[in-house]
Amino acid sequence: MKAICFYFQIHQPFRLKRYRFFDIGNDHYYYDDFANDDIITRIAERSYIPAAQSLLKMIEESKGAFKCAISITGTALEQFEQYVPEFIDLLKKLSDTGCVEFLAETYAHSLASLADPDEFANQVKVHDEKIKELFGQSPKVLRNTELIYCDDLAPQILEMGYKGVITEGAKHILGWKSPNYVYSAASAPKLKILLKNDKFSDDISDRFSNTSWDEYPLTADKYINWIASTPAEEQIINLFMNLEVFGDFQPRETGIFQFLEALPRFAAEKGIEFWTPTTAVSKLKAVDILPVLHPISWADEARDTSAWLGNKLQNEAFNKLYSVSERVRLCEDRRLKQDWYYLQAADHFFYMSTKNMHDGSVHSQFSPYDTPFEAFTNYMNVLADFIVRVEEQYPMSIDNEELSSLLTTIRNQEREIETLNKEAESMRKNIEHFNEEHLLREQQEAEKKAEKKAEKKPARKCAPKAKKESAPKAEKKAPAKKSAKKEVKAEAPAPEATPEA
Amino acid sequence: MFGWEFPPHILGGLGTASYGLTKGMWECGDMDITFVIPKPFGDEERHFANIIGMSQVPVCWRDVSREYVQDRIGNVMDPDLYFRLRDHIYADFNYMRTNDLGCIEFSGRYPENLVEEINNYSICAGVIARTVDFDIIHSHDWLTYPAGIHAKQVSGKPLVIHVHATEFDRSRGKPNPTVYGIEKDGMNNADHIMCVSNLTRDTVIHNYGIDPSKVTTVHNAVTPLTPEQLNVPEHKSKDKVVTFLGRITMQKGPEYFVEAAAKVLKNNPNVRFVMAGSGDMMDKMILLAAERGISDRFHFPGFQKGNQVYEMLKASDVYIMPSVSEPFGISPLEAMQMGVPSIISKQSGCAEILTNVIKTDYWDIDAMADAINSIVTYPAMYNQLREDGLAEVNQITWDKAGRKVIDIYNKVLGRS
Repeated sequence: MKAICFYFQIHQPFRLKRYRFFDIGNDHYYYDDFANDDIITRIAERSYIPAAQSLLKMIEESKGAFKCAISITGTALEQFEQYVPEFIDLLKKLSDTGCVEFLAETYAHSLASLADPDEFANQVKVHDEKIKELFGQSPKVLRNTELIYCDDLAPQILEMGYKGVITEGAKHILGWKSPNYVYSAASAPKLKILLKNDKFSDDISDRFSNTSWDEYPLTADKYINWIASTPAEEQIINLFMNLEVFGDFQPRETGIFQFLEALPRFAAEKGIEFWTPTTAVSKLKAVDILPVLHPISWADEARDTSAWLGNKLQNEAFNKLYSVSERVRLCEDRRLKQDWYYLQAADHFFYMSTKNMHDGSVHSQFSPYDTPFEAFTNYMNVLADFIVRVEEQYPMSIDNEELSSLLTTIRNQEREIETLNKEAESMRKNIEHFNEEHLLREQQEAEKKAEKKAEKKPARKCAPKAKKESAPKAEKKAPAKKSAKKEVKAEAPAPEATPEA
Repeated sequence: MFGWEFPPHILGGLGTASYGLTKGMWECGDMDITFVIPKPFGDEERHFANIIGMSQVPVCWRDVSREYVQDRIGNVMDPDLYFRLRDHIYADFNYMRTNDLGCIEFSGRYPENLVEEINNYSICAGVIARTVDFDIIHSHDWLTYPAGIHAKQVSGKPLVIHVHATEFDRSRGKPNPTVYGIEKDGMNNADHIMCVSNLTRDTVIHNYGIDPSKVTTVHNAVTPLTPEQLNVPEHKSKDKVVTFLGRITMQKGPEYFVEAAAKVLKNNPNVRFVMAGSGDMMDKMILLAAERGISDRFHFPGFQKGNQVYEMLKASDVYIMPSVSEPFGISPLEAMQMGVPSIISKQSGCAEILTNVIKTDYWDIDAMADAINSIVTYPAMYNQLREDGLAEVNQITWDKAGRKVIDIYNKVLGRS
């Protein structure tokens, strides 16, 4: 028995607008709305929407036998919400079939895992929350940005509660081993690893419409036969690719959609199943541990992180960015946090790559900039403005630890004040309630007495009584505020205000 | 080869390029090159080419002794060659102003009577063409096209012309009809045309109406710097220095540099700007800098000679060439050799072959200011451009250009 595990990636970054250095400190909006709108709308029309419809059709026609996983970044989701909300509905429909699993990943498609474990954890958490909110799923398998993985990451991923992780079946890691098995992490054996099958994945994503390829044209029949003829003990074929492959990299005219839709039928004939990553990691046992000393990814020929951190420009920008990460996490400003996510997208670093500058390879193909130098300049200008804003929030003269402890104090006090307020509130209610009842009783008594005699007793008599009751309590709480600052005191007049009732 | 300038006595890029190309072709081997210039000074490098000075070519027969010739011009020409040339005088030019050896005097520069000097150059070329044995004629730039045509008519050998610049570049689109006429004539008569960039090639094809199939681009290269040039004394200042080196003329776009400088200084006061060179727009530029209120940070040190150029470059953090129209532009390559990051306009020919530089439109002063700021602010940018630029420029050598020229020769001669 064999299974195919499909996973499709969806990501779009927030591209930056042309941001000159004289904008630093003056303009705090960094994004090229027009380009972002234009690109996502176009790709959605050409690829995302028809591809999702195909997947839906495949699930329906195969009566749920077809299963796959989708990983979609937070930045892409935000853009869909803004520009192509109908695609979100489609994704919801896919999720509702129960055949589509959503994977965990970094919210911002960031490289945080390489620099800042806290930020990495934070982003994965935020992403999980977003997925839960939109699709009602809690991801169990993690896909790090661009399939970046190394041994150092595994314990953290396991600790974050994931059963498995998806990464590249890089040749220099595997050696003679096959990617068609489940492995476990060397540094955290409980964490299972699913490896991309390069050959079969690239047959679809790169070679499908290449007329000079000797296997052209690729049919679903032939393709499934290839998979079926792999050694019997190899049980899982992991096909990982971008969703744009369908309709964008391989345009509709190439017949890519028909190819995709025909796969389940031929697979059924050969007895090949479709699994989601979670099924794969729970059904299959790991055959071996797989040590990965240096980070691998699915980009470029080298399959390492050099596509984003390969030259001086990229490293400078990257280090500058993460030099403020702790600071930003202390901040509460919503816009600042949002920019912080958007600026971390790996794409910005990808544009700065100087690899293969001459032959105009993939780097320039996706880049909105003419040259990596332009990309760097623009990004650094934006980053400079961003850092100025972070500094405005909290001056750099205070170091992070001091700031952090100050902030905790303030937050603790806030919480304390809140509880005190609540207490005061409930007491006020009690008193009011008591007063009302008292009033009612007195009125009733008064009425009774009025029947006999028109004698009146002042209802307000109870007010001074209440004062006596509440005042000592407020005083009692006062010692708790000893550590509080003066401002905090000024902000908390509530306990003294109680006697108004 | 007919040329006008030759190092070390050069006035512009033409001499450097002719020299580099000739040497590059010589390095490819099996070449016998005669290089003709108007006026040699005797200190030219001669081991790779036989240099003939037009001012030593007799056009009138004078009865002079061998000793006298040796005494008069021995430092620049072999007397035997003089007598061989004297045997090939083809008409009576006694009506012209000639000297005691029957030669016409040349200034070797760009004098007022340039057209007359070009004509005289062509007259002498006739004598040379009848004397020297050669397979192909190669004319560098419009000044020598008439000589090339003349030599072709005399010898029947094919003519190749090398377009280092066109009148459209020099005049920002308002060509002098006389010059245009000479250029057009040269292109029509040439068997093949070489241009220093695709930009120039397009000009030749579209503005001169030349058949694209006979126009080829041969990009210029650079001669490696000597240790002496690399080790010039360093004068680093505390401030970052942005340098413009070249003639301060309309073609070089100096005003855009001043405007960009003003933008940079608004946000980043610790930068100095240098506009080295001379030219007809210099006074205007000084005024403009004053008008923008940046004269205290904008300097005009004047024309730089010899190693001063390299000292200047060594003291710089950014080199900028905002040329409006630059057929090739060899100076950014020299800056890169000195390890100075360069900003060049997209309208310059060298932009076609350079990748580790910043390219902007010449009119886009915002982009230019941004690029300057980026290099002076971010060390990573500076180092990346500096190191990769150096590696890149070291790959751009004249022997590759020379090989390309030889291939074209073979094609023209039907040898391939």
